[in-house]
Amino acid sequence: MSLAPTMVAGEALLERARKAAASVVDPEIPVLSIADLGVLRDVQIVDGTAEVTITPTYSGCPAMNLIALNIELALEKAGFEMPRIKTVLSPAWTTDWITDKGKDTLRRYGIAPPNGKASRRALFGEDEVACPRCASTDTVRISEFGSTSCKALWRCKACAEPFDYFKCI
Amino acid sequence: MTETPLFAYTLRLADNALILGHRLSEWVGHAPVLEEDLALGNLALDLIGQARSFYTYAGEIEGKGRDEDALAYLRDAGGYRNILLVEQPNGDFANTIIRQLLFSAFALPYFEALSRSKDETLAAIAAKAVKEMAYHVRHTAEWTIRLGDGTDESHKRAQAALDELWPFTGEMFETDQLERALIDTGIAVDPASVKARWSQTLDEVFEEATLTRPRDGYMQSGGRIGRHSEHLGLILTELQFLQRAYPGAKW
Repeated sequence: MSLAPTMVAGEALLERARKAAASVVDPEIPVLSIADLGVLRDVQIVDGTAEVTITPTYSGCPAMNLIALNIELALEKAGFEMPRIKTVLSPAWTTDWITDKGKDTLRRYGIAPPNGKASRRALFGEDEVACPRCASTDTVRISEFGSTSCKALWRCKACAEPFDYFKCI
Repeated sequence: MTETPLFAYTLRLADNALILGHRLSEWVGHAPVLEEDLALGNLALDLIGQARSFYTYAGEIEGKGRDEDALAYLRDAGGYRNILLVEQPNGDFANTIIRQLLFSAFALPYFEALSRSKDETLAAIAAKAVKEMAYHVRHTAEWTIRLGDGTDESHKRAQAALDELWPFTGEMFETDQLERALIDTGIAVDPASVKARWSQTLDEVFEEATLTRPRDGYMQSGGRIGRHSEHLGLILTELQFLQRAYPGAKW
């Protein structure tokens, strides 16, 4: 019975670490949390401090360093000393890990969320992308590469606005 | 030679990615249109990201405390193991695109196979790279078709680039004793196993692009054992400048 309070305390500690890590946002898309982006893979308590596992969206994503730093800061603020951040490559990140809430957030921010499942078919087929502003699907791809690795440039032919599309990988 | 085959193999993968990524980065600010500037910058970023992962792992294998930066910034040209294709100058836009197509049409099936490697770290880096290389193949294939099947001038330049770069493609399929041992144990990929796919991808693109596939003749070789063209030294002069001028400088 004497274990019970320790376990409760452990749970509370883990919950605090999770909450702190999940509060960090993608610096390129400051409305989207790394939890909703699927970059935050795991949070654990090891030897009394928090150990957070993250995975990059793209091999060369320059935001990873800043994300790791921001997680560290968030954890220290939440009372964890010397938190550890681990980066893993496997399993490889996929847009399928973006939560429904994340997709909704992207759309409201003006970025068309990834469409459908990231199968090879999605990678090679032409996507039907709805404009995040007017929802028209009368859209055209301007370029497969945009302002960040994870986005492509599209334009809506209905409302004439250009927009970013979060590539499906 | 005290280095292990796994270290040397990982370094070859890293050097290919870094040097080609660096070449592409030279286009940033100079591409023909803004969208292409962003595209080439993105391709460069993918390759440099892959290089970082391979270098970090190579440093761990070696176990002498060298990190990704030490391996990238503090080796001379003779220590680099990249194939000669990736160090060739950018030339005109057609040249850059054809070079990229020749490499990525190879890298995509190669990394697909490497993602099944018995070495977990190599497999993980490759699995990540596969998704990126698929985009590189598609992007360069589209451009090759547009240039080859475009104006007389763009066709002429694309064909000239292809003829000039073709002798550098043989090196992608070379293996040596060092790699053989790793292939036999399921760690490295036998490049011969992806040659048919590479060839088929290119034939399909060339046909649509109305380009003529050059005949296999004399093939350039030597990069993988550190024998390079003059171009690599010039690349490193720029790439390594900061660490050479200000040793140990940090951001």
